[in-house]
Amino acid sequence: MKGKKERLFKVTPAPQLHGGESIPRVMWTVMLALLPAFLASLYFFGWKAFQIEAVSVITAIFTEAVIQKLRGRPVTITDGSAAVTGLLLAFTLPMDVPIWLPAVGAAFGIGVGKHAFGGLGHNIFNPALIGRTFVMHSWLPFMTTWSPPRLAMYAQVDAVTYATPLGAAREAVISLVPSPDGIFSTMDMFWGSIGGCIGETSALALLLGGVFLLIRGYVRWQTPAAFIGTVVLLTWVLPVKEGAIALAPYHHLLGGGLFLGAFFMATDMVTTPVTGAGMLVFGLGCGLITSIVRLYGGFPEGVCYSILVMNAFTPLIDKFTRPRIFGT
Amino acid sequence: MSRLPTFKGGIHLPEYKELTEREKIKKLPLPPRVVIPLNQNVGSPPRPVVEVGRPVKAGEVIAEPEGPVSSTLHASVSGVVTALDLFPYPAGPDSLAIEIETDQNDSSPELIPSISDPSRLSPDEIRRKVLEAGVVGLGGAGFPAQVKLDPPEGSRIEYAVINGVECEPFLTVDNRLMLEETGKLLAGLRIIMRATGAREGIIAIEANKMDAFYKVQAVVHKEKDIRVRLLKVKYPQGAEKQLIYSLFHREVPAGGLPSSVGCVVQNVGTAIAIAEAVLSGRPLIDRVVTVTGPEIKDPGNFRVRIGTPFQYLLEAAGGLPDGEIKIISGGPMMGIAQATLNAPVIKGTSGLLVMRPVSRERNLPCIRCGECLRVCPIGLIPSDLGTMADKERWDDFEGLGAENCIECGCCAYVCAAGRDLVQLIKLGKAALASRKVQK
Repeated sequence: MKGKKERLFKVTPAPQLHGGESIPRVMWTVMLALLPAFLASLYFFGWKAFQIEAVSVITAIFTEAVIQKLRGRPVTITDGSAAVTGLLLAFTLPMDVPIWLPAVGAAFGIGVGKHAFGGLGHNIFNPALIGRTFVMHSWLPFMTTWSPPRLAMYAQVDAVTYATPLGAAREAVISLVPSPDGIFSTMDMFWGSIGGCIGETSALALLLGGVFLLIRGYVRWQTPAAFIGTVVLLTWVLPVKEGAIALAPYHHLLGGGLFLGAFFMATDMVTTPVTGAGMLVFGLGCGLITSIVRLYGGFPEGVCYSILVMNAFTPLIDKFTRPRIFGT
Repeated sequence: MSRLPTFKGGIHLPEYKELTEREKIKKLPLPPRVVIPLNQNVGSPPRPVVEVGRPVKAGEVIAEPEGPVSSTLHASVSGVVTALDLFPYPAGPDSLAIEIETDQNDSSPELIPSISDPSRLSPDEIRRKVLEAGVVGLGGAGFPAQVKLDPPEGSRIEYAVINGVECEPFLTVDNRLMLEETGKLLAGLRIIMRATGAREGIIAIEANKMDAFYKVQAVVHKEKDIRVRLLKVKYPQGAEKQLIYSLFHREVPAGGLPSSVGCVVQNVGTAIAIAEAVLSGRPLIDRVVTVTGPEIKDPGNFRVRIGTPFQYLLEAAGGLPDGEIKIISGGPMMGIAQATLNAPVIKGTSGLLVMRPVSRERNLPCIRCGECLRVCPIGLIPSDLGTMADKERWDDFEGLGAENCIECGCCAYVCAAGRDLVQLIKLGKAALASRKVQK
């Protein structure tokens, strides 16, 4: 070696092999899983749905870039996480919202819901739902006006009197009560030809994406099973409040945001428990809160709040559902 | 095939064993010099008993055991002791070592007449011979073999297990030894059974080494008290606790030893070294090392003297490719990256691996996907352990069971954020240990 320059080699900590999983791959796979619901939203709600989705996604990405620049952090908008937040937020908005509303929601969700807590991985609450909650409580009328899906125009109702299946039942709008031949047939709900937020109405599309994520392993069965199971069970056995019309459990199953929440929001990795047992508890809690809000609360829908409330319990659930250490 | 026994957690890895699994063990010519670090065993390092300038013969004792958990070191070549100083060490900072310049008239170690029937030896005699031969665990841990052959008071050993799993990708040392030195392996197992009083011997082989399985099976099928067991291919099947669980569904208690569940486990190479030590008094002065990598010209399995510098070993395998490369001592999952080729082969060196560095994002924020805890064979939460170590929250780190981590690397392998979880946990464990010493 003397006289010759010694060759030095790159040193990295073990293990030297990596499986190739990455944050962008996780996030863009989730985006792919949202594709069927995205297409369904275009099909049922048309050009306006696309506008809402585009504004929400672009604002989410833009907000993330600006905040990361301001904080002097690397800009990570290509990892797909802001895009997922933006699209999920758009999915939870009705089609008649003014076009600035998704922008406000996305900026708030990313800015306050995500980056105020330290950015990706550090947020306690689902950023998309934080964004939705913010616009919901700031501009309630926009968020509770439902236009019929394009294919239901024959029902000849206007946006003011149109309603979601859950809302209709609560307000006891007799003419809109589900019936085999009515506006909200089970098949309509399954395909998505009903009133509701643009990304939540098609149970089929959401199920396709959800099953895809289950197969890819990014969603574990525990969360959706516990969440959906609890809602079906409780809405079936519990009495409704006075004046409201009792819906069959399958209306609760298909008529609101349950699939969107159970497959894509209660399964958000950052804000939900990490163990299978924890996911069962989380799903159970979500199902319980959703059912209580739907049956007895001030709003017809409770999926969003149930997830946010359970997000707050995630650290506690994680603490009490730690796996058993080998040999103990 | 019926469902093969396995353990909870773990990962499936690309194997890369095809590069060397059919390469017969080749003897390497003597290197011009060897560097023999004193620190090659768990416990206290042996005390040197030679001084600079002294001529030594291969097999001569150069350092003697110090304390109850220690080992013996021998000159691995004949020559002259040229230094007792700090030298590069493959598993950490420079370490005290004895350098011997080879005189190339390698006189073989004087061997004691062979004992044909180990069953006549008492367990104490076996342990003494193993200690004198300097046998330590050759799988990498370097646990003194005689200590494992001396089960603690009150424990009863039922099973003597030969670990032929070799679950690290690339490595094919044990595979070749099982194929080429089957007789010695069996003799080693008999000696281990004799020393520990085990009533049954088990040779455990992963299902990706069917050649070795059939070979060993053919040799032992007539032995009533020895069985060959095939295990599912999954990493880290070769980890001692996972191996025992797969075979017997017994969990070694946290912080406990295999003897507490009636088992003693020795690696294939160790068992063969035990056989040589006991049957012919041959000290452990060489070992088999897999030298491999996708771009190595002549990858293979080489029998080399302890203390052979990596540089010399790599030249034997056809030299290094150009461009940026990584050199790993050991396997790719638990091995240690080398900055230079100056470190020597020690008793625990199972492989020398040449890889291309793959650039990827490292240490991004955890997105809590939970994969690390699903693959952790110990049931830990590596993501939280890494975070606690990073924040130096030592009480929380310890409370999460950090000391049970076997550093297998499954968590870091699956981490979407590319976090160096094992490194964080290793550093944290070291910090915990030093904190305890201070108390």
